[in-house]
Amino acid sequence: MLNSLTITQAHDKLKTKEISSVELTQACIDRIESIDTKLNAIVHKNYDKALANAKRIDEAGAFEHPLTGIPYLAKDVFCEEGVPTTASSNMLRNKDYVPPFSSTTTERLNAVGAISIAKANTDEFTMGASTETSAFGVTRNPWDTSRVAGGSSGGSAAGLAADEALFSLGTDTGGSIRQPAGFCGISGIRPTYGRTSRYGVMSMASSLDTIGPFAKNIEDLAILLEAISGKDPKDGTTSSRPVPNYRSLLTGDMKNMKIGLPKEYFVEGIQPAVEKAVHDAATVLQNLGGELIEISLPHTKYAIATYYVLCPCEVSSNMARYDGIRYGHTVSGAESLLDYYEQARSEGFGPEVKRRIMIGTYALSAGYYDAYYRQAQKVRTVIKNEFDEAFKKVDIIISPVSPHVAFPVGAHQNDPLAMYLEDVFLTAQVMAGIPALSVPCGLSADKLPIGLQIMGPQWGEETILKAAHAYEKAAWPDGFGRAVL
Amino acid sequence: MPSLTPDQVRHIAKLARLRLSDSEVEKFATEMTNILQYVEMLGEVNTDGIEATAQVTGLENALRPDVVQSTVSADALLHTSPLPIKDHQIQTPSAHG
Repeated sequence: MLNSLTITQAHDKLKTKEISSVELTQACIDRIESIDTKLNAIVHKNYDKALANAKRIDEAGAFEHPLTGIPYLAKDVFCEEGVPTTASSNMLRNKDYVPPFSSTTTERLNAVGAISIAKANTDEFTMGASTETSAFGVTRNPWDTSRVAGGSSGGSAAGLAADEALFSLGTDTGGSIRQPAGFCGISGIRPTYGRTSRYGVMSMASSLDTIGPFAKNIEDLAILLEAISGKDPKDGTTSSRPVPNYRSLLTGDMKNMKIGLPKEYFVEGIQPAVEKAVHDAATVLQNLGGELIEISLPHTKYAIATYYVLCPCEVSSNMARYDGIRYGHTVSGAESLLDYYEQARSEGFGPEVKRRIMIGTYALSAGYYDAYYRQAQKVRTVIKNEFDEAFKKVDIIISPVSPHVAFPVGAHQNDPLAMYLEDVFLTAQVMAGIPALSVPCGLSADKLPIGLQIMGPQWGEETILKAAHAYEKAAWPDGFGRAVL
Repeated sequence: MPSLTPDQVRHIAKLARLRLSDSEVEKFATEMTNILQYVEMLGEVNTDGIEATAQVTGLENALRPDVVQSTVSADALLHTSPLPIKDHQIQTPSAHG
């Protein structure tokens, strides 16, 4: 089946004209149509435009770039000209928001001929860890449809894991790429903050949001990261550092690489199967020539608290633009402008968005600012300094992505704090602004994927990709395996 | 330990331009109290002499030439509004009630 190919496999076939981009795109569309009712990964379809693009690319016949003619899914927060983009929120669905412009990432992928076929489900405005807050309903895990796919980029992860496309795009503010990648048995990377452009992607927490890809293997991930990285004049926080040719740096060589194992990531409460899979992965890396070093990151336990102050504060500010005036949900019969704002926002936003707006508004209000926001920003510095020190001793740090495998749909219903704690291993990196990726490292007894997290120093994407690639080749020479639906 | 009363929740909602039902107020008072009690742990960290971090890129003053660039047209932006458009303006309810 063409839709199950990796990017490099499909590229070889496109280049030799063994297959066409139209055939490849149609195979993905057929796959979505046949299985997505079981998953709910897709929220907006863009088939006509996708097939027209594929036809144009086939006619041009030039397949020099590895992404030319390759179909993908974008999380429902990437603005794409003429295609509904709704953040899976009722706030943007009353009149579907159809952006009159495209995100920089969309433009960069368009420029090399990649083909957007559909928009993927997300927690509402990316706020959640399971896609259960989506106005379109939960996305289910292809490995076990009674379980969540993770989140917030759950649609992008589940859709790719089920071969609905050849790659997908997500966003990671507090784990939203790494956690669903881990739960769904695929790879995903949160780049260094400032490596990829946020322009045209609906913001949650602007100082923490990052844009990143999901892929079926690490080589594909390296190709994708190179294609979407680099300075963007439209995003003042992007860096002008040159973008390496990541793929060419996947040498498989782990000799003398120092690998940190932080004891705070192997704590009580972690599932034994997860702990074992990650330790087995560490042994694989050691056998490849890496040196394992025990390290300590004592402020890890404060990362979630720091995140759940800073993130809601930024949310309370970023969500102010959704007032029912310029786009989205509207109400009739309002008595005044203020009445209109309150009605439109109260109807349009779901509970998790309201909760974060409320926490942020409280934490930023007079009398509380120093105790919450300012203190959290200082703890952020402490966490960042701790990573800086650690990376003087080691080249990469490894840990589990999540303390457990994908949880059942509804497990954290009515307990928002329990949902926040899902990101327990995923928010310290965010505070430090460092890159981290998720690569599959095993299956639990009930055949659910386990993710290995590999963290690197700021701008050190090539090092974590190199380690992940070496690990993947050694541990899963025939590929990790796919979910059977 | 912080604990939010329903009246405080209503006040925060007003600041945030949200209107909550009584059952939402009750629910948020409990949930927000739990979350605020959890984040209290930040007070344990000694941050004497530690600077606050607002961003980590090290970039300062990303400037560009002050030149008008072609961008999305005003009409295209107006088109996304759910409200009536009159004379290239969005017609909203009155600000004066």
